[in-house]
Amino acid sequence: MTVVYALVLGFTAGVLSGMFGVGGGILFVPTLSLVVGLSHLSAEATSLAAIIPVVAVGAWQQNRYGNVRWRSAFVIGATSAAGVVAGVALATWLSEGTLEKLFACLLLIVAARLAWSARH
Amino acid sequence: MSSRVRPVVALPAIGLAAGFFSALFGVGGGVVVVPLLILVLGYSTRWASGTSLAAIGLTALFGMTAYGVLGEVSWSDAALVGFPAVFGVLIGTWAQQRLPTRVLTLLLSALLVAVAVRLFIG
Repeated sequence: MTVVYALVLGFTAGVLSGMFGVGGGILFVPTLSLVVGLSHLSAEATSLAAIIPVVAVGAWQQNRYGNVRWRSAFVIGATSAAGVVAGVALATWLSEGTLEKLFACLLLIVAARLAWSARH
Repeated sequence: MSSRVRPVVALPAIGLAAGFFSALFGVGGGVVVVPLLILVLGYSTRWASGTSLAAIGLTALFGMTAYGVLGEVSWSDAALVGFPAVFGVLIGTWAQQRLPTRVLTLLLSALLVAVAVRLFIG
């Protein structure tokens, strides 16, 4: 049953990835920790590994539709390395909680702004 | 929406934020990249999501390498969720081209709310 859940949730993560340009980690992490039973840290690391083939195929497909601005993507991807270093350092010895809630608040604000921008 | 911040400043800033939250929460950073490209640089929702997919490939690679060194990646489990997701992403991108931009943006907004709720619950 675990495998079936993992497959279904993995597939759903892929659909979200293609529709919204996210990697699928939103679903991968809870699937890997709650369904598969990995530790939180291991689930996050494994999620990142799973994301790579998904976004590679997604970006290839989006490129065919003319939706990829490669130069911007490269700048964002390259500079993200510095952010990753800081994030990993924090993640390995920080107990989540406050930061997750702050990030959640930020997402709610962004969601509201996006919805507002689409009001026409 | 007109862009108020120059791309030369905005793009690296978006990258930094994406990498930071990516490593911290195990996401690719798309949740950060897509809305910022739309709101800060005035990208259309489709451009933002396509560009994001290309960018977070690199972000996830950096993140995984960092974790990989720590021996935290379970490769068989990565394949278990990643393999069906590759099929999913083909269907997702296909569907995206057929949805009106406004609907797409509102759905993205709803997705962010869902992610926020999940973070609150923990």
